[in-house]
Amino acid sequence: MDWFLQQLINGLALGSIYALIALGYTMVYGVLRFINFAHADVLMLGAYAAYFLAPAVSSVLPLPSITGALIVTLLAAIICAGIGILIEFLAYRPLRARPKLTVLITAIGVSLFIEFTCQHKAVFGADTKPFPKLLPAADYNWGGLVVSSNDLVVVVVTALLLAAMWFIVQRTKMGTAMRAVSFNQQAAALMGVNINRIISFTFGLGSALAAIAGILYALKAPGIEPLMGVQPGLRAFVAAVLGGIGNLPGAALGGLLLGLLETFAGGISGLSNYRDGIAFAILILILLFKPAGLLGKATVEKV
Amino acid sequence: MPSTLNSQPSTSSQGAKRWLLLGILLAVVVSMFSAQFNRYYLGILIDCGINIILAVSLNLINGHTGQFSLGHAGFMAVGGYTAAKFSLVFLPTVPEPLQPVLFLVALVLGGLVAALAGLGVGVPSLRLKGDYLAIVTLGFGEIIRVVVQNMEAVGAASGLKGIPKFATLGWTFALAAITVYVVAALVNSTYGRGFIAVNDDEVAASSMGINPVRYKVTAFVTGAFFAGIAGGLYAHHKQFLSPTGFDFLKSIDIVVMVILGGMGRTAGVIIAAVILTLLPEVLRSFADYRMIIYSLLIIALMMARPQGLFTLGQKKKGAAAI
Amino acid sequence: MSAPLLHLDRATIRFGGLTAVGDFSLSVQPNELVGLIGPNGAGKTTAFNMITGVYQPTAGAIHFGGRHISGVKPHDLTKLGIARTFQNIRLFGSLSVLDNVRAAMQLHCTNGIRSALMRGKNFHSHERGIEKEALELLDIFDLGKLRDEDAKSLPYGDQRRLEIVRALATKPKLLLLDEPAAGMNPTEKEELMHLIQFIKDKFNIAIMLVEHDMKVVMGICQKIAVLEYGRKIAEGTPDEIQKNPKVIAAYLGTEEEDDA
Repeated sequence: MDWFLQQLINGLALGSIYALIALGYTMVYGVLRFINFAHADVLMLGAYAAYFLAPAVSSVLPLPSITGALIVTLLAAIICAGIGILIEFLAYRPLRARPKLTVLITAIGVSLFIEFTCQHKAVFGADTKPFPKLLPAADYNWGGLVVSSNDLVVVVVTALLLAAMWFIVQRTKMGTAMRAVSFNQQAAALMGVNINRIISFTFGLGSALAAIAGILYALKAPGIEPLMGVQPGLRAFVAAVLGGIGNLPGAALGGLLLGLLETFAGGISGLSNYRDGIAFAILILILLFKPAGLLGKATVEKV
Repeated sequence: MPSTLNSQPSTSSQGAKRWLLLGILLAVVVSMFSAQFNRYYLGILIDCGINIILAVSLNLINGHTGQFSLGHAGFMAVGGYTAAKFSLVFLPTVPEPLQPVLFLVALVLGGLVAALAGLGVGVPSLRLKGDYLAIVTLGFGEIIRVVVQNMEAVGAASGLKGIPKFATLGWTFALAAITVYVVAALVNSTYGRGFIAVNDDEVAASSMGINPVRYKVTAFVTGAFFAGIAGGLYAHHKQFLSPTGFDFLKSIDIVVMVILGGMGRTAGVIIAAVILTLLPEVLRSFADYRMIIYSLLIIALMMARPQGLFTLGQKKKGAAAI
Repeated sequence: MSAPLLHLDRATIRFGGLTAVGDFSLSVQPNELVGLIGPNGAGKTTAFNMITGVYQPTAGAIHFGGRHISGVKPHDLTKLGIARTFQNIRLFGSLSVLDNVRAAMQLHCTNGIRSALMRGKNFHSHERGIEKEALELLDIFDLGKLRDEDAKSLPYGDQRRLEIVRALATKPKLLLLDEPAAGMNPTEKEELMHLIQFIKDKFNIAIMLVEHDMKVVMGICQKIAVLEYGRKIAEGTPDEIQKNPKVIAAYLGTEEEDDA
């Protein structure tokens, strides 16, 4: 039972990170109908932004501390939101009328570009750097169960952000516009929605979430390096598809489910080696049997 | 001036067999002199040949049939590891003069197992389109890599060493010629028009009696077979196989060759494969920036000329039904 | 009366809660020209999609040539002799005019994978035969001279004709035309009417036509069925249909009550 609960807690923490990243994928897919391969790299950029901001911030505020962490995270999120908007503007906007596959490959190109540039010694270098302690970390012991404070933070922060996202999408004008664009871009434009602005906003929002996810991920990881976003990004993408791509609650659900599945599989000896493949196996099974995902709706092609 | 993207005037279909025989002849001639070539350049030429096989086989799946596969490296891995293991197991029992036979059997076996993998990927993917299909094939490629990484029998993560150096320029050339012939001969026939029809409009194709399932699966299986052969050649050339060499990045490499060459244009794809094999060598002095330039190349290609570099006078393909 | 070529027996298709086509029964004789009309959204194209196997009927049955064909895949139905054109032209855009027709001929082609690879003498003569046949078909419709043009570069009217030629290349017994007159001017519509009659007579096939242009429908159809909200409200000769009050009501609405 203890083992089960331990895995549960670990799984929820991991799943929360996947959920945050998955939200970004699903929002962009909902609005633009394409998979932003570079999303995972924004995660990495968020972590690096925090890495460079921490010393600067710590000269003003004490670090580790809650306020310090908040400031660093906020700044990193803003920076990454800007980066996301820039990427959309430079690389995806010019290709908006093109076939989806052209944009997909461009996204792959952008992702590779960011990764390789950051690996260059003049930029970040390919080595793993230790991530600064942003939060006072403590391990709580509850009768055999080890819960790290970072894990708690991750779950709480994710829950708050999910609630915030829900609010933005369902209750604000911007959110309604986002949903309109995701249903029918042309009709939304005809109703006076500024498509470019909405798309930029979506990218910005998704990238901010990715940055925060990157920082949360880095808190637990041994260190940060330019390719750190690849695996979490891929898993989060699977999570988004699992939940139903384009569907926000689905992304959250998918993220949590995947985090739990992976953690439990990792704890079972014999299966743990194949942990990396589990996400993909799930992806394939979903796309074969329920391509719309758990919460998504299937679309029918008009003949 | 009528532009014929995929049409084939009837006369050249008779030339196809002659080109094949010429190619094989050239391969035999080359192999007689290859001992005198500089080893370094020889290695590069063999790499070119392997990449041609990879690109042309992927072109059948991606270019002609429009099934966007991002997992071709997985088929290469399956073929390579199968062929290598077979060679290693039977090498001690085969007398030297029969070694080419061993090699051929190993290669074909690798191709067949890869073809099976192609079946395993192609059938489930039938209903998927566009980016979903791309992701699923990517997933399959990754699964193959993870499985290989955990197979002790083929060296797991540390790789498979000591593979005999059976791959010569002659073999590579001949197999490249055969690959090109098979794909071109398949597509440039009345039967082969079906591949492109399925690509253009699956619903219309099935209403014209063309079975999309049959064509898609055929494309996957044939493409995978030759990727497997390429893998086998690769294994017996580098003499060492590691699962990391067959990752997503390798699949992207091959995809870029197909796109650069113009999806569906066999000649263009061959040229693109050669260029992209030689490019890293040419840019050796820029080794630091090599991958950065490569990724910028992909972006620039998609923005400026998504129809590829070698589609003379073709108009950009209109917003295709993805 | 001989056995019908196509027989829809209370064919029904439901999408979720919506009954797109309900209890639709219709017979088409081997060399008959039948029209299917109705207001927009009445389910005409859906009915076509059922006949061509794109959709499976949720209830009821469809028989073709005496065989039960519900559930048969579209490409197999083409082998049985059903061909169609589409409301929005669906040509094979990257193929030439000739190749569009050739692609449609592969189902009757004995050259499979093996001969394509072996390329023996038989292969080449067979290929030449197919090309000749395709050109002959194209020439009948005055498209032969455009044989090497990209299909998508053709003017609209030529594209529609090419779609018909392509469908005919599959040697059908029943040809379904989905709004063939869409986007045509009166002269072109006249030519189309003659063309359809010509096809019916020369190829001795049954033709089923979905069309909005009443002049075309009334002008050439021997029998007309009218759909409204997925249900057949009338069936008969053009004369009968034109006088049928239910049909008139469906298209024009009933007269408004005078205010008291």
